[in-house]
Amino acid sequence: MSTETMSIFSPALATRFDALVLKYPVKRSALIPMLLYAQDEVGYVSDAVMAEIAERLSITALDVKNVASYYSMLRFKPAGKYNVQVCTNISCMLRGGYEIFDHLQEKLGIGHKGVTADGVFSLEEVECIGVCCWAPAIQVNYDFHDELTNDKVDQVLADYKAKAATEGAR
Amino acid sequence: MPRLVSHPDEVKIVTSRFGKGAADIDRFLELGGYESTRKALAEGPEWIINEMKASGLRGRGGAGFPTGLKWSFVPKVSAKPKYVLVNGDESEPGTCKDHLIFLHDPHAVIEGTIIAGLAIGAKTGFIYLRGEYRYLIQIVEKAVADAYAKGFLGKNIFGSDTEFQIIVQTGAGAYEVGEESALMESLEGKRGIPRIKPPFPAVVGLYGGPTVINNAETIASVPHILAMGGPAYAAVGSERNGGTRLFGISGHVNNPGIYELPMGYNLKKMIYEVAGGIRGGRTLKAVVPGGSSTPVLLPHEIETLGMDFDQVGKAGSMLGSGGVVVLDDTVCMVEFALRTISFYQHESCGWCIPCREGTDWLKKSLTRFHAGFGTMKDIDNIQYLAENMMGRTFCPLGDAAAMPTLGFVKKFRKEFEDHLDGKPCPHAKHLDVALV
Ligand SMILES: Cc1cc2nc3c(=O)[nH]c(=O)nc-3n(C[C@H](O)[C@H](O)[C@H](O)COP(=O)(O)O)c2cc1C
Repeated sequence: MSTETMSIFSPALATRFDALVLKYPVKRSALIPMLLYAQDEVGYVSDAVMAEIAERLSITALDVKNVASYYSMLRFKPAGKYNVQVCTNISCMLRGGYEIFDHLQEKLGIGHKGVTADGVFSLEEVECIGVCCWAPAIQVNYDFHDELTNDKVDQVLADYKAKAATEGAR
Repeated sequence: MPRLVSHPDEVKIVTSRFGKGAADIDRFLELGGYESTRKALAEGPEWIINEMKASGLRGRGGAGFPTGLKWSFVPKVSAKPKYVLVNGDESEPGTCKDHLIFLHDPHAVIEGTIIAGLAIGAKTGFIYLRGEYRYLIQIVEKAVADAYAKGFLGKNIFGSDTEFQIIVQTGAGAYEVGEESALMESLEGKRGIPRIKPPFPAVVGLYGGPTVINNAETIASVPHILAMGGPAYAAVGSERNGGTRLFGISGHVNNPGIYELPMGYNLKKMIYEVAGGIRGGRTLKAVVPGGSSTPVLLPHEIETLGMDFDQVGKAGSMLGSGGVVVLDDTVCMVEFALRTISFYQHESCGWCIPCREGTDWLKKSLTRFHAGFGTMKDIDNIQYLAENMMGRTFCPLGDAAAMPTLGFVKKFRKEFEDHLDGKPCPHAKHLDVALV
């Protein structure tokens, strides 16, 4: 698919994808990056996302779905504008990861995989995110926040809330 | 931003450029960067492999396979293109060392990738980072682009007639993709399911071509080894374990962090001196020495234990990824076992039945146990299940779940028994929260 034909992606992302499929010895190697970058823009891996990626890679949408369902970062329904991912794995658990998770559930009024009514936040308990030596830690979208306390978490939430207020929820 | 720590016992080789702005290519060049690559280009494959063999470097991804030997297994002539694959999936709980390498010294990874390519005769290298490391992927992508702009990558690297290209790839969340053959599947745009071995990647790997796959720390060590010479690097470490290692100390210590220490460094000293001892002056209960898949060690087992692949192996555990997780006396071992197993249950790719079913049953049994509904028979069942998962799967994820479980049950049986007959966990707080 070229950028001239209809694309559900922004012109910038469509152009990026045009280049990405030519980068590898085999076109299909672009699949996982494409799914993640598409999710970054669209908010989730929708049927339309999978259909267009399938067409771009000359594979079936079912094949795309089969692969997408394997990877834990890919989701099939929208999350909040800021997806708060709390690590509770061993190194974080030892330094209060579950307490941070509890605190976030209470502050946001949602549980695991919940989305706040205003769509600003979603919450997720996740496996190790590779910041064990700076535990406990969370990741908000792609940004890490480490060596947390409940007070620090409150500050992090307040900052994102303020950001959402100036930018709009979605 | 991850905090850097320091201790006088450290021998800074791989970390020597940390905190010095070396992600910037000009700064990296000021610090002596790309000299090893130039030298490797001039000296040729045989010299590189000999230096690597002499260095005694063993893979930092977990298994500790000698790197020079691995490179020498790649056939000289191949009809299919050969590849270098850098494993930056870093998902074993307790492990966050590659994180700092990508952040502070991405060009060391690029150099190591080119040198590995020169050694085996590959024209393409892939650097695969876990998807969660987006900010690091951007740093590595920028470093690669800068290396292209300087002519260090491309059709004629450093003005020679040698070609080398690097592609940076993102994952999208999957521990199993860190397993070498599953990583190749993922790079080919598929589900990360392991391949049966043999054939080994050195013969049939990515896109069916001979492939060298190494951990990011292994690769980042390469330019330093060529700069100081293999034998000098070997001399830093212990017998059959060359050089240094980035130990990530986490959990109940006063100064957690990544410390670069000689191979063979005493574990007790690492905890009590380097990492500042146990938080709050409490007592040590147990140590997981090399990432969550390595069997737990008791305080008396670490007294004289040197942290290298052979000594930790002899002590009944593994050096693994070098992620040292320290537990004080407040920890409930049943809870800790449950959290460990929940991870492997969540991450099992489901391809091999012993792993898929085994991790699920272990998690169920441990959940019941932790809630106080366990029976004496459950303890034996947990052990039986774990023993029967071992060695019966395509990849070692099943072993990675079974090994620590056996360690917990054998070394802390009394604590499991204390949970019997509806007795509440003496440390009960969490872990009825199931990850979906
Ligand atoms: C389930 C599983 C996950 C793994 N994850 C990683 C990883 O995240 N990073 C890594 O370097 N090696 C990982 N490994 C080890 C790799 O399969 C492989 O041995 C390693 O990348 C080889 O590099 P090395 O020789 O430099 O250690 C994993 C292995 C298994 C079985």
